[in-house]
Amino acid sequence: MTVLDWMQLILISLLIGGGAPVVGHYLAWVFTGPRIAPERWIHRLIGVDPDKPMDWREYAGALLFSNALFFAAGYSLLWAQGRLPVNPRHIAAMSPEVTFNTAASFVTNTNWQAYVGEAQLSNFSQMVPITFLMFVGANTGMAALVAILRGFARSGTAHVGNYWDDFFRFFVRAFLPACFAMALLLVWQGVPQTLSTTVVAHSLEGGSQTLILGPVASLEAVKNLGTNGGGFYNANGAHPYENPTPLTNTLELLGMLTFTASLPFLFGRLTGRSRQGWALFATIMILYALGLGAVEISEKGPNPLLAPAGIAQTTSPLQDGGNTEGKETRLGITQTSFFSNTTMAATTGAVDAAMDSMNPLALMVYFSHMWLNEEPGGKGVGFAGLLKEAILAIFIAGLMVGRTPEFLGKKLEAREIKLAALSLIVTPFTVLLLTSVGVTASFGTSSMDNPGPHGFEEVLYAYSSGNANNGSAMAGLNASTPFYADSIGIEMLLSRYLPLLPLLAMAGALARKRIHPVTAGTLPTDTPLFVALLVGFMLLVGLLTFFPGLMLGPILEQLSLMKGLSF
Amino acid sequence: MKREKTRFSALGPAALKKSVLMLNPVTLWRNPVMFLVWVGSVLTTLFTLDFLVRHSGEAVFTGLISFWLWATILFANFAEALAELQGKAQAESLRATRSDTMAKLVVGDEVRLIRSTELKKWDQFLLSPGDTVPTDGEILDGAASIDESAMTGESAPVIREAGGDRSGVTGGTRVLAGELRVAVSANPGETFLDRMIALVEGAKRKKSPNEIALSILLIGLSLIFLVVVATLPAFSSYFKTPVSPTVLIALLVCLIPTTIAGLLPAIGIAGIKRAFDANVIAKSGKAVEVAGDIDLLLLDKTGTITFGNRQAVQLLPAAGVSREELARAARLASFGDQTPEGKSVLALAETLLDDHSPVSGVTPVPFTPQTRMSGADSSEGSFRKGSDDAIESFVGHPLPEDVRKTVTGIAQSGGTPLVVVCDKRVLGVIHLKDVIKPGLAERFKRLRAMGVETVMVTGDNPLTAGAIAREAGIDDFFAQAKPEDKMALIKKEQDKGRLVAMSGDGTNDAPSLAQADVALAMNSGTQAAKEAGNMVDLDSDPTKIIAVVEIGKQLLITRGALTTFSVANDVAKYFAILPAIFIVNFPALGVLNVMKLATPETAVASAIIFNALIIPALIPLALKGVAYRPIGASALLRRNLLIYGVGGILAPFVGIKLIDMGLVAIFTRMG
Amino acid sequence: MKSLFPSLRATLLLLIVTGFVYPLAVDGAAHLLFPHRADGSLITKNGVVIGSSLIGQPFSKPVYFHPRPSATPDPTGSGSVPYDAAFSSASNLAPSNGAQIKAVTAAAEAYRKENALSPAEPVPVDAVTASGSGLDPDISLANALLQVNRVAGARHLPPARVRSLVMAHVEGPQFGLLGAKHVNVLTLNLALDALRP
Repeated sequence: MTVLDWMQLILISLLIGGGAPVVGHYLAWVFTGPRIAPERWIHRLIGVDPDKPMDWREYAGALLFSNALFFAAGYSLLWAQGRLPVNPRHIAAMSPEVTFNTAASFVTNTNWQAYVGEAQLSNFSQMVPITFLMFVGANTGMAALVAILRGFARSGTAHVGNYWDDFFRFFVRAFLPACFAMALLLVWQGVPQTLSTTVVAHSLEGGSQTLILGPVASLEAVKNLGTNGGGFYNANGAHPYENPTPLTNTLELLGMLTFTASLPFLFGRLTGRSRQGWALFATIMILYALGLGAVEISEKGPNPLLAPAGIAQTTSPLQDGGNTEGKETRLGITQTSFFSNTTMAATTGAVDAAMDSMNPLALMVYFSHMWLNEEPGGKGVGFAGLLKEAILAIFIAGLMVGRTPEFLGKKLEAREIKLAALSLIVTPFTVLLLTSVGVTASFGTSSMDNPGPHGFEEVLYAYSSGNANNGSAMAGLNASTPFYADSIGIEMLLSRYLPLLPLLAMAGALARKRIHPVTAGTLPTDTPLFVALLVGFMLLVGLLTFFPGLMLGPILEQLSLMKGLSF
Repeated sequence: MKREKTRFSALGPAALKKSVLMLNPVTLWRNPVMFLVWVGSVLTTLFTLDFLVRHSGEAVFTGLISFWLWATILFANFAEALAELQGKAQAESLRATRSDTMAKLVVGDEVRLIRSTELKKWDQFLLSPGDTVPTDGEILDGAASIDESAMTGESAPVIREAGGDRSGVTGGTRVLAGELRVAVSANPGETFLDRMIALVEGAKRKKSPNEIALSILLIGLSLIFLVVVATLPAFSSYFKTPVSPTVLIALLVCLIPTTIAGLLPAIGIAGIKRAFDANVIAKSGKAVEVAGDIDLLLLDKTGTITFGNRQAVQLLPAAGVSREELARAARLASFGDQTPEGKSVLALAETLLDDHSPVSGVTPVPFTPQTRMSGADSSEGSFRKGSDDAIESFVGHPLPEDVRKTVTGIAQSGGTPLVVVCDKRVLGVIHLKDVIKPGLAERFKRLRAMGVETVMVTGDNPLTAGAIAREAGIDDFFAQAKPEDKMALIKKEQDKGRLVAMSGDGTNDAPSLAQADVALAMNSGTQAAKEAGNMVDLDSDPTKIIAVVEIGKQLLITRGALTTFSVANDVAKYFAILPAIFIVNFPALGVLNVMKLATPETAVASAIIFNALIIPALIPLALKGVAYRPIGASALLRRNLLIYGVGGILAPFVGIKLIDMGLVAIFTRMG
Repeated sequence: MKSLFPSLRATLLLLIVTGFVYPLAVDGAAHLLFPHRADGSLITKNGVVIGSSLIGQPFSKPVYFHPRPSATPDPTGSGSVPYDAAFSSASNLAPSNGAQIKAVTAAAEAYRKENALSPAEPVPVDAVTASGSGLDPDISLANALLQVNRVAGARHLPPARVRSLVMAHVEGPQFGLLGAKHVNVLTLNLALDALRP
């Protein structure tokens, strides 16, 4: 790594570490401060009483019901694409299974894309149903998290908040204004924002090139701030119109972390335990930093198989080098590593390089991020997942201090463990079972783009991504087939709501519990020891669940590369 | 504790027999993780038979795996059976003392002799000196001194009498003197002892809340590993590497948490048994478990922190009075005083004067509520001792300045001043003091390190209470407490989210005992108290609750430690089995064979043998419990994480390698 | 279903705000502040759009600097149409894929031949690998410098002049800090065309 690489590393790390507490505290005000005028107007307009408290069932009910309507609205508009305006290229509707997959993907904050944006979506579709689903999917996750956090913060009540109140507080005071500001910053750097669609350029050599334009910046802003990840273009953040400069790259990766890395601090504020917030922040940042280091090393390293062809792969003053297949020259390896590690840790799924062409070590990091799915994590839900892992880790290890385990003064008993375990097993069940079909059935293997372990990784990655509501892909896999479109579509819906409901139920149960005061016998959960325990527990459980996949995928590929074997 | 430790040699064969009987899948169903192993054992046995019929060479390997799978279940069963038998043996040894006594049943006006086992609840029976108490009961009439050494090992006889807080008698004890009429407190088979036996009996045993939560987690982990193993054939078929069902079953059994699942029942039973070793009968597994969670311990001052009575510790003469003169006066004033305080004054004075000869020519004046003084009249004058205000009204003028100062000083230090006068002349002050039981300060310090706060409850004034609390090293006190205040205090603390423990024996303790989260009733106490508490101490030692807290903590620690160990073990087992499956087709994976195991077959076999052997290896730990150290939660966690977490990851690497070397040696010898 | 009507009204409201008000507001502000950027950073020459400074174009004539290989597929997805801006795509080939190793090896040989390099000359890795978008407008400085002699020869210009033109077009890292050093092929070739012989 060069001095420049280190400087970028330090600068961006400082921005994350400095920004997260500030945003976290701002969010605490958003969710606890007095309501502001636009929120009151909205509540009056849609006819809800934001002061009516909900128990977890009512909250979950409102969440599921609204999401069903969001899905229906998104699906209908995509389905009707051919008959709607702002479609000068007369793009027809996508196939029913890809339409279903897309609506499911965007309402669940996954943004898995089984379609080619610039070829299969009209600008109306990009602007209305897609942007709409990006907003509401992310906003739902945030509302759910706040309800879950209240379970930890409250005691002696069945109420976890009001869904609509939470939803619009975040939307009005944080999400929408942030997106607007981000969009303008992106335009400043070169991201287009226009209602016109195509420009035909006549190149110097006499050929012609059709440039696809549209409302890119507005979509790009919510794509990252909402940890959505669905790009306007097929190449996503690698496309120069989505990510024209290293600055946009940095802004976009910081955007992904804005409302995710700050959540530990929101948690700290709501529960009145700021040290706990720092401990959880440290936990996610340790996993983030481990991943970043591994990706950087992986992608800077030369591919031994290319040595015989006499390819210069090392960094020099004249070139950035490294594994440039699928990467953009202006960004270079370090910016790409940062972006890729962030998008996986924050389960955004936006990419600024081709995941499929990355070295196996980097892929191993991406798999780990998706399987853990609790580091900064997708908008809200990822952090809720981290709390679930914390509960399980404390339950096992906490016994070792000789007390019924408790987290933040709440005793962890059969009900909490049942709900956490329920939430935990969704990932292995969906990912492993679907992958086993994908890698054996002919309709699964025929979509693979690469042979050997890498082909296996493509399928495993697809279902891991769908499960983690990540949305990035090893894009060589042809995922627009009915099998993949349907199976991933269903997986995304299951993986979003199945783990979320037990967590909301757990919040309901925790909210009723008394908060035990801290004594010398209480296991402190805001110490380096606890952080080490949590990180160790997450890695151990992740490893135990996915070791076969890891070994047959990236490990086998990496060991083969090192032995000079190709497939 | 006089009961004999039951030896392993006595229980081993019985436990072995029981563990074979427990192979019944209907029994095993209660433990889903072990049931899964049972299914695997049956399947591999069938595979082995099939290979044998077809004369396939795979029969040896499959047979070996099958054998060790059965062994895994047997070992787990053995752990549970052994714990159960140990607990029962102890209870039975106690019950044996009361089985064949006869009872003098009162029927109307007659007394009939019946077998003790036929006594029903509310039946009344009589006891005379020399009788063995036929069953637990509550004294209705009379008082007696009773030898409880069969129960408690304490040889000094105790007094039990009707009406007070010491009205309980226990089956198996012996009446030394006195006549009693006793009501039976429980039907046969429902005594505390019977309930405790039920707690350790596998079939009837109810899982405690924490055990249920842990079982759920273990089932969750097993489901995850089930799907991991179930999808492996699909993965391996993509890599064109077939995996035998035997290897898959072996992998599954290695991954699911068999170690903790196998030892979990034994750990719970052993916890109850450890309480029993301390002569405490727990009424439920939950009670022992909750004891580990206690935040606050309420202790009565009298009898728990201090010996029951105040004692004279010092004689402070007034100005111009010699120490000897005061001592003589105090001696005379206390001569007829039969109260413990009076006796202690007498003893102190006689020690000071070195004169133990009997006093003659004095007329004792006993204490009356009107005079609030006691003393004696003699030819030398009227000697009186009493509280300062009583004496003031006796002498008719205020106390001299120096005596007043002494009185105030004693009161401020928490003592009780008794002023001694002869006629109108104030001679000095006797300092009476509560005497704190030795060794308590260290125990409270230990409790504090565990995170348990101690609160002393007393009817004394705050001054006295504060002084005693300071001296005993107790954290807080609740002075001038009336019985109903204790209940209010418990509720208030519970509302703050704290778990409260207390011990008690009186009927007016019963509501508080019922309200407290952990309530240790004294066996000597009333039936109401014993019913309200969730544990009964046979020794009737109120400070026993401290030991109970440690037993609870030990139980939880053992569970956590073995769970951590069990899950951490999986890493090495993965490294043994997975590369073994794929190494033939993908030699590059050889790097992952970090243990350098000889062949894929020995690798799988070594892992499964290790997985089975670790259970009996850990049985002693499960039964004895992981030691609790009051070193603070963080330090304790760090220590246990290192031993059972990091150790749990590393140990199997060594174990599996050693077993692999052993297998290679055996196979080469066999050719 | 007491949440039916609030949910319906909320859906409608959010559709309007996020689908229309928000993008159109960004559109308006963007055109007010950065009209050139908002419309795609287009480069016009004599009133004709010749491309976008952000989007790579195919160049194969010896008189021009050549961009990186592009993996943008033809609309059917089976063949390849390099730098098709209507279908951005990466190659998605694995580093362990034998086909990828062959393709890179072949590309390196072609690159050496085209630029008259010795077989021992290491080829810059970006010159033989496809970018993530297939529309990478940039190449590395190493790649540009190795093409200088060919371009200069074809244009009958002294190589030093072309080299200094390349050096004048080196961009990045942004703010001296972010990203990697690169040369924009389209603007470099435009500048080449503008050079007086």
